[in-house]
Amino acid sequence: MNTLIFTSLLGFFCMVAEILNLRKLIGPVLVLGLALIFGLNQQDWNMNQTFYGMLQVDNFSVAFGSLAIFITLLVFILSSEYYADQEHHISDYMTILCFVLVGALMMFSFSNLTMLFLGIETLSIALYIMAGSKRFDKRSNEAGFKYFLMGAFASGFLLFGIALVFGSTGSFDIQKIAEYPILNSQNISPLYYTGIVLIIFAMLFKVSAAPFHFWAPDVYEGAPVLITAYMSTLVKVAAFAAFYKLVSAVFVYSTPHFEFVLNIAAILTLAVGNLMALSQTNFKRLLAYSGISHAGYLMLIILSSKSQPVAALLYYLLGYSVSTIAAFAVAMPVFKAANSENIDAFNGLGTKKPVLAAALSIAMLGLAGIPPFMGFFGKYFIFTEALQNGFFITTIVAIVGSMIGIYYYFKVILAMYGQPANEVKVETTFNYNLVLWVCLAISLALGLYPAPIVNLF
Amino acid sequence: MLSLILLFIPLLASLLLLLTRGNTSRIVALAFTVVQLGATYYAYQVFKEQGFQPFDIQMVWVVKPAINLHFSMDGISMLMVILTNLLLPLIVLSGFNREIKRPHIFYSLMLLMQFALVGVFISFDGFIYYIFWELALIPIYFISFVWGSENRAQVTLKFFIYTLAGSLLMLFGFVFLYTGSPNHSLDWNILTSNPTCNCNQTWVFWLFFIAFAIKIPIIPFHTWQPDTYRSAPTQGTMLLSGIMLKMGTYSLIRWLIPIVPAGTKEWQAVAITLCVIGVVYASIIAIKQSDLKKLFAYSSIAHVGLISAGIFSLTLSGMQGSLVQMLAHGINVVGLFFCADIIFNRTQSYQVEGLGGIRLAAPKFATWFMVIVLASVALPLTNGFVGEIMLLYGIYQFNIWLGAFAGLTIILGAVYMLRMYQKVMLGESLMDGMNFPDLLWNEKVVLISIGIMIFVTGIYPKPILDLTEPAIKLLLK
Repeated sequence: MNTLIFTSLLGFFCMVAEILNLRKLIGPVLVLGLALIFGLNQQDWNMNQTFYGMLQVDNFSVAFGSLAIFITLLVFILSSEYYADQEHHISDYMTILCFVLVGALMMFSFSNLTMLFLGIETLSIALYIMAGSKRFDKRSNEAGFKYFLMGAFASGFLLFGIALVFGSTGSFDIQKIAEYPILNSQNISPLYYTGIVLIIFAMLFKVSAAPFHFWAPDVYEGAPVLITAYMSTLVKVAAFAAFYKLVSAVFVYSTPHFEFVLNIAAILTLAVGNLMALSQTNFKRLLAYSGISHAGYLMLIILSSKSQPVAALLYYLLGYSVSTIAAFAVAMPVFKAANSENIDAFNGLGTKKPVLAAALSIAMLGLAGIPPFMGFFGKYFIFTEALQNGFFITTIVAIVGSMIGIYYYFKVILAMYGQPANEVKVETTFNYNLVLWVCLAISLALGLYPAPIVNLF
Repeated sequence: MLSLILLFIPLLASLLLLLTRGNTSRIVALAFTVVQLGATYYAYQVFKEQGFQPFDIQMVWVVKPAINLHFSMDGISMLMVILTNLLLPLIVLSGFNREIKRPHIFYSLMLLMQFALVGVFISFDGFIYYIFWELALIPIYFISFVWGSENRAQVTLKFFIYTLAGSLLMLFGFVFLYTGSPNHSLDWNILTSNPTCNCNQTWVFWLFFIAFAIKIPIIPFHTWQPDTYRSAPTQGTMLLSGIMLKMGTYSLIRWLIPIVPAGTKEWQAVAITLCVIGVVYASIIAIKQSDLKKLFAYSSIAHVGLISAGIFSLTLSGMQGSLVQMLAHGINVVGLFFCADIIFNRTQSYQVEGLGGIRLAAPKFATWFMVIVLASVALPLTNGFVGEIMLLYGIYQFNIWLGAFAGLTIILGAVYMLRMYQKVMLGESLMDGMNFPDLLWNEKVVLISIGIMIFVTGIYPKPILDLTEPAIKLLLK
């Protein structure tokens, strides 16, 4: 709860800083404040508090909250560099980014469906604005508008689903909803099933799983690159944690009906994400489709929620996030220098900047799931969980998907080492390098020794 | 403890090499590989004194899921580690007097590769083994890609995807065994003492078999190999052919056969037939090759086909022959590719047709090349002979016709090797004003060491047989 309050205050400070002419302070205060909030968040470990039946702070919310705060911290460090030349907007941008985090924190700790809805909306509305924040760029406008229209639709589904569930169970509280099918096992209202299917559809939209994925590539491509980095990591973490909590806490008693829906969605997502990524030439679109395919792997965890694979979920999301942010930390200066966001912007980086190229290679190997990086262990945990729960065919599809994955991740590596260098001079700064190496160090260290995360739950 | 030291010297060297530049890198790399070789020799002596008892180390790595750092060295692992550490100094040395861009990264990757290879050969936990198996792929991919010749992008990507596809099949097999094993562990001892139910053995066998068959490569999974050998830099080719493909044959003995014994018995005939077909097919293709490196690549397919056939015969002599031959083939193939590199270095050509008369210009080179050629056609008193006879005897015990068919390799091998030698080295020079200086000092050292090894193991193979016999007997029980 403290985490949520102080994050909101931080956002509020950014807003006021503009008025009080403290713009120069925003960067340091944000980084310092978030680091403090990260520490504060750890205080709630093993506390297990509930606030008015609305929010529930337990180990689950603390762990995923820490991950979200950490991602935001990295993105803030990147942003002070990225927004260096448009300082007059910085307070607006930072405020909105803070509230994205507030939304995410609500999504981890909801114990009432209204709070879930509020969390998702806080997160989404802030991101609609940020996706369109390059006001004079057509693609950015398109991205913001598209994201908003599609997102509003999904929110409608979610709200309608919640209303139907409320109509049949008489409560917004997740515990009461979970008890409903057990207590009334003889006459479960069809409204209840319809409501849950609608909620699942909305969540599938938010995690960009097929067949609700169409927004992701366009939005990722159009949005400013920093926002793409933020969206592809934080939103995925928030949406999957909330989805997992919903499925494991609410739907687990009535899974047989929904397992089928989720299973089909998982297979579709794996196929669409991996196959569509093959033909991409734009780096952001490539990462968008890679994000969809990772959503497919994560769907396997949602499917096996019976065996409580929280650690696997956390581990995979952390591994995915650090690799993706590292990739963007290399991509940002390169894109800026080359004035292009295509994969060929990386041409010859291996000879021009061998260290940067090696770093991006490590990030790509991590995403592809090759040991000794975190991506490999993450996949291994997922496959084991899925097999233990009997999802045989889905696991095979996932393994075939990872084979295809190698091809498109290596396209970037091939461009860096195989193509002749272009004239453009790439310059990185301390902030980019800091984020990059922190991410890679985590990916390697926890890839070699996963116990600290795995033993949390 | 010794096995850990052997594992971490290359890793340390690999990291230190990143700090060096230029010519120092070569010297540092050579120094470390020589130290590693010394340590291996010491380990071998200790191993012999302890009466061939495996070195065993177990540490907990992850509690849930249970993954132990279980390293062990029995006779088979010891032989493979010796092979790796014996060849690495020679491979490093063969890069002296050659121009290599950014040598510190090149040699760093090479020693990282050595780290992974040693890891593969001494891991006794399926999970750790898998990690090293995959880790070995990364440095060799970059060595072949960054330092390779024409077409490298397509060729190396095909190689990477091909082998990784195989690995993922193996991963699926391991995950399946993990979920089925009694206390959720992939430890070698547990997997081998509780084999999975007979109903699953067939398809688990094929998962592992295809993974290893791609790496070895056994026909029809070989299509990545000739092109990759052709386009990789010579030292990369040496690593690939000399050591890396032994990962596959070693894994057949270590993992496939003990883990799915019933499956292996059931599909033994199919596997052995595939291998033997590969032997004859690759030999015939080799006759038609006009590119030196490709010719050696196909001859390599033929040789490892015979090695795999010997393993699948599941006889003592077949298995032991395969181990002797793995060592011999590793040494010979490195020698062959080095000779090809020496020729390329002087003439800028790998084409058999355009060469000729080199013997007149470089008699010393011609002598040592001849020794290696004779060893790879299995002339008595060379190392190739002992292994090949044992292998053929093993296959013969399984089926007399397959044995006879596989025996063709001796004739066909002589045909393509001696024809190649004749065209390249003998006769009149076809190149105008050819300038072919004789061996440089590093080339002399490499070729003479290879020559000595060829004769020593050919005349006196007993230490190798003693080393591997207890472990093989244990496996065949």
